[in-house]
Amino acid sequence: MANAALALLLCCSVAHAIDPLQFKDREQEVRFQNLTRQLRCLVCQNQDLADSDADLAKDLRKQVFDMMQSGKSDAEIKQYLVARYNDFVLYDPPFKPGTLLLWLAPGALLLVGAGVLVNVLRKRARQPVAETDTGEDW
Amino acid sequence: MIGRLIPLAVFLALVGLLLFGIEWNKHHEMSEVPSPLVGKPAPEFTLPLLYDSTKSIARRDLLGKPYLINVFGSWCPTCQFEHPILTAQIKPLGIKLIGLDWKDQPDDAKRWLAQFGNPYDAVITDQDGHAGIDFGVYMAPESFLVDAQGMIRYKRIGMFTPETIKNELLPKIAELSKPAAVSP
Repeated sequence: MANAALALLLCCSVAHAIDPLQFKDREQEVRFQNLTRQLRCLVCQNQDLADSDADLAKDLRKQVFDMMQSGKSDAEIKQYLVARYNDFVLYDPPFKPGTLLLWLAPGALLLVGAGVLVNVLRKRARQPVAETDTGEDW
Repeated sequence: MIGRLIPLAVFLALVGLLLFGIEWNKHHEMSEVPSPLVGKPAPEFTLPLLYDSTKSIARRDLLGKPYLINVFGSWCPTCQFEHPILTAQIKPLGIKLIGLDWKDQPDDAKRWLAQFGNPYDAVITDQDGHAGIDFGVYMAPESFLVDAQGMIRYKRIGMFTPETIKNELLPKIAELSKPAAVSP
């Protein structure tokens, strides 16, 4: 029993080690965690807002939290940050003219690769079987 | 025959791309995030003066004349490097220079300015960093050139150098008399 209580205490102290934010309920906390994982920290740019220990990230987490408390939706919070810090704060960049290449290039490369593959396979199919082929089944 | 040259062409294209990347990186800072606020009105702010916290400066108080907001902090090592350049090269330009002491203790800032000198026409403080967020500040130093109508015309991320003053700031100051380009 004492162990369980201690474990609970430890777990809670870890969960609140970064910011002492008082969530209304578990649902809001999960929402906060999900949202801050989709936002990029501007200081250490390969970390999300949930993860970063940078001072600015703490301020921005507080800002996100305050906006949630005042009833703002996730979209409104994202819009608030994008207006100040650009689409760069979003880990998932929006689909628009400036990001066409980013979104479409992987698919285009895949198509090119598939085209090359089909071409090579067709050529091979047309070629006579090589003389060294012993016809054995491997 | 031409088919055999395709791998070579692909290889050369790749070499070209990588060389372009090296060249491009020489002139661009990868961690710079272009501000969406350039070409838009500066955000509203009312911030206390460092040397008299009972008084404050608001955005509307600065309308009518262009000004340069320089975001600094006594905790910021790069600001220390930028400081002599501000004093020697930007202050003489005659543009109103506003220091925004960002996420700093006023006493530390006063000590810092006493030690290195104060190039600013006015210093305002943003202790909790809220105005900084509204300006999209994410590092220090950063500078914003604001025109007489209160529009942000240019943002410098990182310190000013003699090159960036000559190539970026001076042309932007010269353009101040023209109306701001409408941003999309």
